[in-house]
Amino acid sequence: MALAIRDLTLGYDRHPAVHHLDLDLCPGSLTAIVGPNGAGKSTLLKGLMGELPPLEGRIDRTITRIAYLPQLSEVDRSFPLSVQAFVAMGLWHRTGAFGGLSKADLARVADALAAVGLAGFDRRGISALSGGQMQRVMFARLLLQDAELILLDEPFTAIDSRTAGELLQIVKRWHGEGRTVIAVLHDMETVRQHFPETLLLAREKVAHGPTAQVLTAENLFRARQMSEAFDDMAPICERGAA
Amino acid sequence: MNWLIDPFAEFVFLQRALLGCIAISLGATPVGVFLMLRRMSLTGDAMAHAILPGAAVGFLISGLSLGAMTIGGIVAGLLVAVLTGLVARVTALREDASMAAFYLISLALGVLLVSLRGSNVDLMHVLFGTVLALNNDALILLCSITTLTLVTLALIFRPLVLECADPRFLRSVSGWSGPVHFIFLALVVVNLVAGFQALGTLMAVGIMILPAAAARFWSDSIGGMMLAAVITALVASVSGLLASYHVGLPSGPAIILGAGIIYLLSLCFGPVGSLAARYWPRPHLSS
Repeated sequence: MALAIRDLTLGYDRHPAVHHLDLDLCPGSLTAIVGPNGAGKSTLLKGLMGELPPLEGRIDRTITRIAYLPQLSEVDRSFPLSVQAFVAMGLWHRTGAFGGLSKADLARVADALAAVGLAGFDRRGISALSGGQMQRVMFARLLLQDAELILLDEPFTAIDSRTAGELLQIVKRWHGEGRTVIAVLHDMETVRQHFPETLLLAREKVAHGPTAQVLTAENLFRARQMSEAFDDMAPICERGAA
Repeated sequence: MNWLIDPFAEFVFLQRALLGCIAISLGATPVGVFLMLRRMSLTGDAMAHAILPGAAVGFLISGLSLGAMTIGGIVAGLLVAVLTGLVARVTALREDASMAAFYLISLALGVLLVSLRGSNVDLMHVLFGTVLALNNDALILLCSITTLTLVTLALIFRPLVLECADPRFLRSVSGWSGPVHFIFLALVVVNLVAGFQALGTLMAVGIMILPAAAARFWSDSIGGMMLAAVITALVASVSGLLASYHVGLPSGPAIILGAGIIYLLSLCFGPVGSLAARYWPRPHLSS
């Protein structure tokens, strides 16, 4: 297993956002996470990244190198960095904090920019990019990270269909290279066409498996029954003790 | 050109002042550029106030002694920096409010301590510095702090840039995020302590922030900004010292006002994002 999640509960202020989740992901699998707003999709990715300590349960992973594209990036676009310098940050695992960038590294940066359709943007400042171009830049940096596990949180939201299509090809390329990819998505058509496996999440796991078996009308209806608001008066959960 | 060269050739105290100012200009302004880019310019001001009680304790224990006041200032500054960071990371209070709380306590304590023993003249020394009376020890201290600052900045440059530009990414690839923040705050503190030997606690932050703010209008790369900031600080130092010699102005404020004038000129006429660039735009390019 690339990733084994046992009885995982993640949350905020004791309120679970992901509740008693069991999940096994094979190495090289390409998995979509779908579910209504507030279902715990982004929270699960944060938990996998270790940004959020589990309230209960545990995450076992054999993979050490993980790349993560958050939904709300904290990139300060006003910071005076060139596209080249920004994308080169993806080579951190090669350079570390102190190492220099060799000619070969700069060639890797140029290749990554070409792969996302931004050849020749090296010298442009990141403040001068459009939203779609910035997302391409984020993908170029992910390419350089050369990670075994790649977590994408709504990677195709708010970008045009052509850009989304080209970035999706990169995701499929990672899949072809045997990397494990997990993507939070809202567009069911994309999921059905391109993602072999799906996790349907509604705070708890509704279903996980081959996409066609997960995205049934019945499962989607069950996922929609989840109440979005936290119940402030909720009693302490007894399930973990059982 | 005699008015430019002669004062420095003739008077040793002016040579010492110039050397001290060059050291501060080289060390403090790159730190100021990062403060500005991290939107922490006012943090520099707050930290300058925060080091006062430490310097005051040193002053109370051993009078106007360089070593005691330096150590006191660094300890007080680091204490406020660490407490601020801890409170911001562990509790619900944000960094700005946390910093404001600690520096205000620190400042009140400092003024209280200085007035307990010293006369107002001593307080003026601590607040406004003595750039025209730098002794050997002070010069060695200033140059050491500048060297330490430049070497440290060169070493932590990549994590620091990443902590500014995309802290979440830095946290995802390494454990540098916390350390680099505190190392940077420590650099702010030691440079303010260096600056207050020469310029006083209130003016030290000026040589850190004003050149950085001016540099924003001259370049859109970090390296270019640092270069512009250092040049600004050097020009301000020389002109401030000359004004103080020829016209009899107090040197510390004259240096900071020199930087202020360069800032105002850059604000109006600089090539990047200035008033001129906004209100007298050059014709746009073809698509």
